[in-house]
Amino acid sequence: MTGVLLKLALLFLGLSLLAVGGGNSVIPAMQHAAVTTQGWMTDKDFLDLFAISRLAPGPGSLIASLVGQKAAGLTGAAVATLAMYGPTCLLVHAAARVWGRYRDAGWRVWVERGLAPVSIGLIFASAIALMRGTETGLAAPAITAAAAIALTLSEIHPLLVLALGGLCGYLFRF
Amino acid sequence: MPAPAPKPSLRAIAWVFLAIGMQSFGGGMSAWIRREVVHRRAWMGEREFVGGLALAQIAPGANGVNLAVFVGTTLRGPAGALAALIGMLLVPVIAVLAMGALFTEIRDIPGVEPVMTGIGAAAIGMNVANGVRMMRKNITGLWPYCLLAAIAAAIGLAGLPLVAVLIAAIPLGLWGARP
Repeated sequence: MTGVLLKLALLFLGLSLLAVGGGNSVIPAMQHAAVTTQGWMTDKDFLDLFAISRLAPGPGSLIASLVGQKAAGLTGAAVATLAMYGPTCLLVHAAARVWGRYRDAGWRVWVERGLAPVSIGLIFASAIALMRGTETGLAAPAITAAAAIALTLSEIHPLLVLALGGLCGYLFRF
Repeated sequence: MPAPAPKPSLRAIAWVFLAIGMQSFGGGMSAWIRREVVHRRAWMGEREFVGGLALAQIAPGANGVNLAVFVGTTLRGPAGALAALIGMLLVPVIAVLAMGALFTEIRDIPGVEPVMTGIGAAAIGMNVANGVRMMRKNITGLWPYCLLAAIAAAIGLAGLPLVAVLIAAIPLGLWGARP
């Protein structure tokens, strides 16, 4: 049992540190480790956990908790979640504290202005990559475009847009 | 030095992030956080938020979780970071673990797959809308727009590795914004 927990801790610590640019980038490595290297589950099990992590609200990276749960129950889930988020959160916290000390420094304003196109460009990049990742067909891009336009031009509640998206997905497919 | 803006209480931070955690189906965490923290409550300015978003993206780890920690830290230090982090993850963690225990073959339930595809597609649209809104508030001049488009195309269309794009793009961004 302790062996599994240690393996979970090391796996998710490593994956979280590799996840520059977000959690999605390490999903294939996570699957490989959980299925092939450790044998905690089958590929089908992993895809089910992936689907559950998308079904629940919150960040998709919570698939880490599910892999931990599958490997070693609730303790495994706790270890995996802490390893996935703990060290990187401490890092960001430390960086944010240093950053906060220079709130009014001229160079900080310069860095913020300089990084704005980078961070906003990354938002569009991941949206494009996610759209290309879904299977072909016009329904999903049409829903994305309609949601983007509605949420840009109006103050409609996002939850309503998400619900309509789910309804459209259901209607277009059946 | 400008007068500091009134800081929200820890309870208010936890409550807002709890609401974000409960509503953010399909992902789109940074869009939810910006909507609640910048757009609706003005706890943070546009430029400070985008700087934090860049930190959350460039630092290792999940972007939305990193961003919650940045916002919490900036508003209320370590306690604020914990309030934001625990607030945002509490309901989703319980939800995934309950579903993980209850369903073994969730993809086989009729209707789940297309509904999730629809919600996921709408959540991507939410991210796009958030990108457009941030662009309007933060980006001025031709150079930053070109850089932004080049980054989106290099990663989203050409599939270039993120780290390589960042190494090229960050100096170009700083150069474009030089005083």
